[in-house]
Amino acid sequence: MAIEFKTPEVIEKQLRNVQIVAEHAMRPDSRRLDDNEHERPWRYINMMLPQMQELERANIAAAKARAAKKKEAAMAVKSNGHHGGVAVLDAPPPAEEAVSEPKESIANMTLVHMIEMLSWGDAGIYLCIPGGALGGAAIQAVGTPEQIERFLTRYTEGPPKWGAMAMTEPQAGSDTGNIQTTATFDPATNEWVLNGQKIFCTNGKLALEESDGMVVVWATVDKKAGRAGMKPFVVEAGTPGVIVAKVEEKLGIRASDTATIIFDNARIPADNILGDPEVQSGPGNKGFKGAMKTFDSTRPIVAASAIGIGRAAFEFTRDTLAKEGVKMEYGKPRWKLSAVQADLLEMEAQLRAAWLLTLKATALLDARQENKLESSMAKAKAGRAVTMITQKAVELLGPLGYSTEFLVEKWMRDAKINDIYEGTGQINTLIVAREILGYTRNELK
Amino acid sequence: MYSFDMTSEQKMLVDTVRRYAEKNLRAVHREAEESKHVPEKVVQTGWELGLLPGFIDAQYGGYGEYSALTSALYLEEMAWGDLGVTLHLLTPNLFAIPIAQFGSDKQKEQYLSLFCNDSFPRATAAMIEPVVQFDPAELQTTAVKEGDNFVINGKKTYVPLARQAELFLVYAQESGTTQAYIVPADTQGVKVGKRIKLMGVQALEMYEVEFENVVVPKGNRLGGLKGIRIQKLLTLSRITLAALAVGVARAAYEYALAYAKERVAFGEPIAHRQSIAFMLANMRIEIEGTRLMVWEAAYKFDTGEDAAKAAYLAKNYADKMVLDVTDGAVQVLGGHGYIREHPVELWLRNGRGFVTLDGAVVA
Ligand SMILES: Cc1cc2nc3c(=O)[nH]c(=O)nc-3n(C[C@H](O)[C@H](O)[C@H](O)COP(=O)(O)OP(=O)(O)OC[C@H]3O[C@@H](n4cnc5c(N)ncnc54)[C@H](O)[C@@H]3O)c2cc1C
Ligand SMILES: Cc1cc2nc3c(=O)[nH]c(=O)nc-3n(C[C@H](O)[C@H](O)[C@H](O)COP(=O)(O)OP(=O)(O)OC[C@H]3O[C@@H](n4cnc5c(N)ncnc54)[C@H](O)[C@@H]3O)c2cc1C
Repeated sequence: MAIEFKTPEVIEKQLRNVQIVAEHAMRPDSRRLDDNEHERPWRYINMMLPQMQELERANIAAAKARAAKKKEAAMAVKSNGHHGGVAVLDAPPPAEEAVSEPKESIANMTLVHMIEMLSWGDAGIYLCIPGGALGGAAIQAVGTPEQIERFLTRYTEGPPKWGAMAMTEPQAGSDTGNIQTTATFDPATNEWVLNGQKIFCTNGKLALEESDGMVVVWATVDKKAGRAGMKPFVVEAGTPGVIVAKVEEKLGIRASDTATIIFDNARIPADNILGDPEVQSGPGNKGFKGAMKTFDSTRPIVAASAIGIGRAAFEFTRDTLAKEGVKMEYGKPRWKLSAVQADLLEMEAQLRAAWLLTLKATALLDARQENKLESSMAKAKAGRAVTMITQKAVELLGPLGYSTEFLVEKWMRDAKINDIYEGTGQINTLIVAREILGYTRNELK
Repeated sequence: MYSFDMTSEQKMLVDTVRRYAEKNLRAVHREAEESKHVPEKVVQTGWELGLLPGFIDAQYGGYGEYSALTSALYLEEMAWGDLGVTLHLLTPNLFAIPIAQFGSDKQKEQYLSLFCNDSFPRATAAMIEPVVQFDPAELQTTAVKEGDNFVINGKKTYVPLARQAELFLVYAQESGTTQAYIVPADTQGVKVGKRIKLMGVQALEMYEVEFENVVVPKGNRLGGLKGIRIQKLLTLSRITLAALAVGVARAAYEYALAYAKERVAFGEPIAHRQSIAFMLANMRIEIEGTRLMVWEAAYKFDTGEDAAKAAYLAKNYADKMVLDVTDGAVQVLGGHGYIREHPVELWLRNGRGFVTLDGAVVA
């Protein structure tokens, strides 16, 4: 291995296509969808659908292969135990092995590049991408092959469908450990019964009411057990007792739907629970840990989305100023730059720092190495950087910046969400701090 | 691809330099600063690492080729040890690296072997001038062609190790562009003036040098007829300085982190408070972000891509980052950070130097 900073040709090629989507199916609709909050970006959705279905097919195949391998390994360990140390039979690899990802995967690297470009197009519209989204990611990460098949096949065919993840509640945002939604097992019907309220669920309405989608819902099976009692459940569209009660009106990313979902004795099959139903704390608590781990893979994606908006704002500002004769002069000593040039320089450098942190977190992810620290660093940095960059852009363009005739003011409103969801800036900083100090959540609250 | 793993050779080199920095630079850094003097022994052991010959072609007596990336990797370690002593150690580079980058075959042959010997070479460079708004691309010092010679006139400052130097590389303006000239110290008109006193990096001896009607043969123009490209030199300088800044910042961050876990106030370690822990977390984020920008610029330089912009962004970002981080470290230590018993105040003073040294250090 050697240090390298080069976008692979395959990614470059795909990026050119995504840029076309951004320019033709996103930017032209940006303002209209910002003005008409609950309208859907159909042009974009229809354009993305075939590609997304193909991507989901590949994801599902890979996830199934991984899940099957895990199962195989678990069985091998078990039988090994039973037979008192007899060597494991040399079983043939599972059929799906062939499609399992190669060691040097660039799947996530490709993804963050695409998302950066889509968000450069429009971050709110981007979120309406058809597919399993965060819910799908959780199922891929911890679902059994059967669950992956049952819940995710829908995303590979037919009309567009959406997925979502519902964690946040009115009294539990950053403090995910405080969720109140309950799941009670009813042995009579072999079902889980869900009760409670989720808020701020991205794509919640699209997933539950406007398509045959599903939502991964976090609920507690044992309030006394704290985090160990928290489990993810898959709730499919059409489940009785599931009500989309409200769609939020927001500062930005208005094209994205943000739903309140009420669970009123909503019954779902016993095997809609993801991971182990047993309440276990510590290393045995694989379900919670596993799904929490998906944050390590989704935070770079949010960072990438942030950076896409930041780049849009930076490029627009730079190019508009250049037309007016205010050109960036790379190479001049700092003390010879004008205040505006110094601001542009700062914006561009901030963006680059955030992007490189994101790429590093992503490279680790593709190499299947631990990246908790790196992904939180990237997310914290990107959220903060683009908040600053987009605010600066509005400032530097003066009356044009604040005007809704251009998109800069919208990008500033859109950008802010990246410092809030998938862990606020503070929460990600807290994670970084705990990692570098070697502290537990009790030592650093 | 995007890959962030050093080669095994780079890892070994970085390890070696880190050990040197730990054992030698850290051992002398306070003493060197206070006495304004770099001990001979640490220079010799530093020179024996063979870092500069590692960047010089075998045909001139070295054993490698230049890599801005490899350089950036170990410069971070050296600056982590101590910036003042490191700049002393890097002084020969200020002459040798431009020769290797821009020199004609004849110049390389004549000069590069001097940097592949056992003893620390006595060569330096004169770039910075005592003016406000100093700009390496618009120098006041002039070189005028007269017959087969160049005549150099002007005042320089911040010239490291000028008093002991036998060779200078002097940057001057020639018909509107910056060029460089090889000037032996004993040439008539070369006047090494007083040692300058700075806010930081006080271990490093730096001088004012005046060039008054200094005549050198035209063959001493670096790069011959082709000359040098100042922006390429500045790119290298920016990568160098930004890498050093990352090292200084990392030193401060590590020290503050360890201190914050030990220091108890109000019944618990101060690191238990977010206002301290978050400062540390942000230091870590900024150091890592800057380091990646430095690596990217260096990678581009090595692969022959245009690295100017990447280096410019990295350097400007690093200038600010190193101040934030070193200042943060002083703050984490509270009153103790202000006292010279701890190194953080020194790192803050050193950190302030980076913005000023633009163009003056290449390694
Ligand atoms: C548009 C949008 C889409 C969203 N999509 C989803 C989704 O799809 N699924 C989902 O589950 N959630 C979603 N969320 C919820 C989002 O993740 C939460 O809003 C976020 O985690 C913050 O929680 P909160 O709003 O309750 O703020 P709070 O947790 O109440 O935080 C308030 C402030 O206190 C700070 N704070 C809290 N705890 C600490 C601490 N320990 N240390 C320091 N500071 C602290 C926070 O950083 C914040 O600044 C979405 C939110 C929005 C706005
Ligand atoms: C030049 C100089 C002159 C001085 N003169 C005097 C004098 O005349 N008389 C006198 O009595 N003292 C004097 N002092 C001492 C000065 O007031 C203390 O240094 C100062 O109060 C900080 O205390 P400390 O150094 O022990 O830092 P600490 O208390 O150890 O603090 C270390 C760091 O932790 C932070 N911190 C501590 N507690 C918390 C908390 N609860 N929450 C968040 N952050 C926290 C601090 O802000 C600081 O960043 C002087 C100090 C100096 C450097």
